[in-house]
Amino acid sequence: MPIKDQYKVHKEPFYQQQSNEVALYEAAYAARLPVMVKGPTGCGKSRFIEYMAWKLNKPLITVACNEDMTASDLVGRYLLDANGTRWLDGPLTTAARIGAICYLDEIVEARQDTTVVIHPLTDHRRTLPLDKKGELLEAHPDFQLVISYNPGYQNLMKDLKQSTKQRFTAFEFDYPEAQLETRIVARETGTDEALAGQLVKIGNVARNLKGHGLDEGISTRLLVYAATLIKGGVAPRDACRMALVRPITDDADIRDTLDHAIDATFG
Amino acid sequence: MAETEYEHPLMKVYREQLGCGFPQVVQVFEDCMAEALSVLSREGIDAFLEYARFLCKMGRGVEPVLIFLEEWPSVAATLGEPALPALSAFIYKMHKSPNGKAIVPFLQSLAAIARRLPSQEQMQDYMDLALDFMERTTGSIHGIHATFASPGLPEFFQQTPSLLNQVSISGLKNWVEYGIRNYHDHPDRQREYFSLQSADSRAMMQRERHGTLLVDNERKLDMALRGLWNDSDHFVPYSLKLDELRKPIPYYDKLGIRLPDVYDDRNGVTGIDRYRAVLAHIVGHKRWTTAIFADNYSPFQRMTIEFMEDSRVEYLAMRQYPGLRRIFLALHPVPAEDACDPEKESAVRHRLAMLSRAILDANHPYQNPNIIDFAQRFQALMAQGESSTQEIADLAVLFGARARRQSDQLPNLHFKDTEIDYRDDNRQMWKFIEEGDEEEAFDQHRKVELEEEIKGLPPRHYPEWDYTSQTYRPDWASVYEALHPKGNATDIDRLLEKHSALAKRLKRMLDLLKPQEKVRIRYQEEGSELDLDVALRSLIDFKGGATPDPRINMSHKTSGRDIAVMLLLDLSESLNESVFAGMGGKPPNSQKVAGSEQTILELSQEAVSLLAWAVDKLGDPFAIGGFHSNTRHDVRYLHIKGYSEPWNDEVKGRLAAMKAGYSTRMGAAMRHAAHYLAAQKADKKLMLILTDGQPADVDTKDERLLIEDARQAVKELDQKGIYAYCINLDPKADEYVTDIFGKRYTVIDNIQRLPERLPQLFMALTK
Repeated sequence: MPIKDQYKVHKEPFYQQQSNEVALYEAAYAARLPVMVKGPTGCGKSRFIEYMAWKLNKPLITVACNEDMTASDLVGRYLLDANGTRWLDGPLTTAARIGAICYLDEIVEARQDTTVVIHPLTDHRRTLPLDKKGELLEAHPDFQLVISYNPGYQNLMKDLKQSTKQRFTAFEFDYPEAQLETRIVARETGTDEALAGQLVKIGNVARNLKGHGLDEGISTRLLVYAATLIKGGVAPRDACRMALVRPITDDADIRDTLDHAIDATFG
Repeated sequence: MAETEYEHPLMKVYREQLGCGFPQVVQVFEDCMAEALSVLSREGIDAFLEYARFLCKMGRGVEPVLIFLEEWPSVAATLGEPALPALSAFIYKMHKSPNGKAIVPFLQSLAAIARRLPSQEQMQDYMDLALDFMERTTGSIHGIHATFASPGLPEFFQQTPSLLNQVSISGLKNWVEYGIRNYHDHPDRQREYFSLQSADSRAMMQRERHGTLLVDNERKLDMALRGLWNDSDHFVPYSLKLDELRKPIPYYDKLGIRLPDVYDDRNGVTGIDRYRAVLAHIVGHKRWTTAIFADNYSPFQRMTIEFMEDSRVEYLAMRQYPGLRRIFLALHPVPAEDACDPEKESAVRHRLAMLSRAILDANHPYQNPNIIDFAQRFQALMAQGESSTQEIADLAVLFGARARRQSDQLPNLHFKDTEIDYRDDNRQMWKFIEEGDEEEAFDQHRKVELEEEIKGLPPRHYPEWDYTSQTYRPDWASVYEALHPKGNATDIDRLLEKHSALAKRLKRMLDLLKPQEKVRIRYQEEGSELDLDVALRSLIDFKGGATPDPRINMSHKTSGRDIAVMLLLDLSESLNESVFAGMGGKPPNSQKVAGSEQTILELSQEAVSLLAWAVDKLGDPFAIGGFHSNTRHDVRYLHIKGYSEPWNDEVKGRLAAMKAGYSTRMGAAMRHAAHYLAAQKADKKLMLILTDGQPADVDTKDERLLIEDARQAVKELDQKGIYAYCINLDPKADEYVTDIFGKRYTVIDNIQRLPERLPQLFMALTK
């Protein structure tokens, strides 16, 4: 299998369009503009990118960033073998070579000096200098860079530099409005809409509490988990407690309130 | 005496058995006897009359016997006749002590108490408690004979019935215990305490109450309001206590939602769920009720409209959260259909409560065609959407017209099982074209409430530990917080200038402490990971025939600082002493320059400035507060630097203006400072307390009391994860400072070196 196909998204991922983001993304891709997607955790950022890669029929290389990641983890490095050393492309280099969409997930988790290596790829140059190897890589015409991050952290240390921010076009995601989210949960898990609607209602209770003891509300992802558990035969109350409440808080008052919301919703 | 009246021969026998000549007794005797005969046994009657006879001859006037005759039959019905000997023994003891006057209040409250303590054992507990109370509060001179009556006892008997409504017998015991311990030597205070007039008496009782207290659950309710209803409002508690006749009900106005201060569990619904039910109902009104004009409706019509509108908002609330139905069903009374005789009583409320139940509960037991019909009409109306207050009003008027009866006008209203206590009083539902048509209404001038000017922050109350009883005195100390007045910031700059050499030395120490986050240590022979770049270089060297570098591993080390600091300064009068006096009046060291005759305050200022400068360099979150006190009613906490304020001229100015005065109530100040420090997000929290003497205040005679309180405060800080450390300038501090702080203290004997020692201490503590 050629390396290009390895990264292809073969099956259509389910993605429910919230407004005109698909068309906008297509426009950005047509111009090969770098894209940034922002939004709270579990609202569908990664799913959106996956869907777009499938729709555009382009390979997708995803890198989950963490603070231990170095520039060579992105770009590539020499490895040892029997006769000496061998160069291994990093994911960013591979993407630039084969013309894939390179998706750097949670980019703020990476150290700021690491993120600087993406700069030459994101402006008119579209090149990646591999200084260790002595190569100046011209990006493939299909290559596009996408990053995502969650602005909700509100951490001084975890923010993008202006110089990085200003190289991207951006989409702001949020949890879909109730009806749409109900459809998404129902569609994703195959549960009926009534149940999905109840779950969404509980989710919204938690989202109202954001900033009052909760850093983030209950994500669509967790709602899907809860629905999956219920579909698997778990009693709705237990499933909600397990999938929606316990993961997001250790605060007894909030837990109590959400438990009450579950009881109040399921009657 | 009415000799001409006919008297039943049997009654005459009884009356002779009683042998009591008071005319008041004769008047009521027959009625009392009739009641007694209906509940007491033959032997019971004898004992009853015999004891009444004793009370009559006891020489305390007519009242005891009169009350006994009236009350005993009903008491005996709940407690049983054998309770009499214990009772008489108790009264006898009172009679033999100087507390004879308390017999009357005791007897008066007896029936009410028996209803709340309906077993002999509980009653015995109660009497033991009262006896203990009596013995401990009855005064004596020279300790031989008790000669002064207990001042609090009669008040206590009067309050007990209402108290027992809210606290258990053991709670009552604690409340009494606290009162006796704190006020046994102060008759007026004691009276105030036991008549529930003093603040700490109420606070103490509040603590012993059963049920779910609003104050404990405000946050939860606030979250329920915000989370479930996307609304927010203030909660204003009102008290149910001591108000048995006029029961206030929840309501809301522009100042907030008024809720009872406590809810007991009821019908399997927890107190917190009862609060949530009230909130759901009130939010329902806020959301779906539009005020309509009241003037066109009669009072009965209004009542009907209110009931049905209540049903509507609940219906809509349940549409959103179906689980509320369980709570509403459990709390909503189910009036029995035949409970009210419409010939004798007005059945308005009864009828409406039934309708309300029928709307709420599909499985209602009612047969009345009107109820069934209108419940269905209501459901049909609601099936079309949200409906509106006006539509409901029209429906309600129809119902009123259909179901009304002549007897609705009867003065005695049937109330049983018609109160729905999670509903509010619907005051927001009505608008009035005219304020009122009562004549006096025209003379009343409308009050224009001027907003009071805010003078400083309201006080915060903190408890104080009473070591003699091992209990807290609730809300004992009032802490007033204010910004420290400002002075000249350059003074502090000058002080720092003066210590520039010291500052340089500190700077070097600081550099060693500088925050360093997760760091990679490269070039290690042994480490957690292979450092690939170095390894390659070594390999190339090796292949090229050179000696390879064996340090090809790397490891990680975390060395971050996450410390929040609070510096609490004692600003009491003693700080104004000059250093020599502070050193026990020792003559000044001859080598010292004349300029060193500083007060402790000035030296503290220097030390604090240096420390603040150092901590600012380090970047740790840091706050400074000062305190002094003038009795427990006036503990002042002066804000010098907050966590969010940088170390700037503003802060320096406040520090420069530092003044000393009054006394040292350390515990309250520590608790207040802790409430700021505890809110900081940091792994380690450090509270430094800079003081020059032991805690003391002018209103506390017992020296140990404030020391023990401070010690308790340190324990509380420990529980909050705050490390308290004391820097004491009193050379004789060892006597008490270990009691308070354990080993966490430093006594600085040579106060001259304070500016140097304080930052060093801080660094040593946080290294």
